[in-house]
Amino acid sequence: MSTVFLAAAIALLLLILLSLVRAVGGPTVLDRIVGVNVIGTKTTIVLLLIGLLYGQVGMFVDIAIAYALLNFIATLGATKFFLRRKSVNLQDELIKEKEVA
Amino acid sequence: MNIFVSVLLFAGVFFFAIGTIGILRFPDFYTRLHAAGKCDTLAAVLVLLAVALFNLQDFTFGNLLVSLKILAIGAFFSITSPTATHSLTKAALVVGVEPWTKEQRQP
Repeated sequence: MSTVFLAAAIALLLLILLSLVRAVGGPTVLDRIVGVNVIGTKTTIVLLLIGLLYGQVGMFVDIAIAYALLNFIATLGATKFFLRRKSVNLQDELIKEKEVA
Repeated sequence: MNIFVSVLLFAGVFFFAIGTIGILRFPDFYTRLHAAGKCDTLAAVLVLLAVALFNLQDFTFGNLLVSLKILAIGAFFSITSPTATHSLTKAALVVGVEPWTKEQRQP
């Protein structure tokens, strides 16, 4: 049974790598926030699976809860920041900075 | 019991894979957000259910508490993921991210 959990954890790690593509290369900042949010969700699940593999679920559950809370707060905070800043396109800002300079 | 847990786990990983493919392949921000929301709630709750069931196999009071905590993470996800999606959509609308339309389709 632990082989199944190990396979699921490895598959989730590969999916995290794929989500990282969107988090690194997204056209707007909001795309990056979505990618990081999804990576955080998957990390919570992977933490629980690691706990099962080591036979210490009781300890890893608390870490997973803390990670889920932090992930949610970080997403909300970053969203609020870019909502006030009213600009999510990094390319536009680079062009503007060059024009000013 | 083991087969049931395996099916739940496989379904969760399957929906995670579909959500990730959607995030990578969809053409604009709003559709990507749609895929991310599915993958956050449905798939995560499926895998959490599988882990909680497997943890209850030798039934003690401590294991029951741990399983309840795992289900609490699931309830937390099903509240916070739509909230995060909503706030991201609001930010995108206020900032003015353009939705994808049929005219922009690449031939």
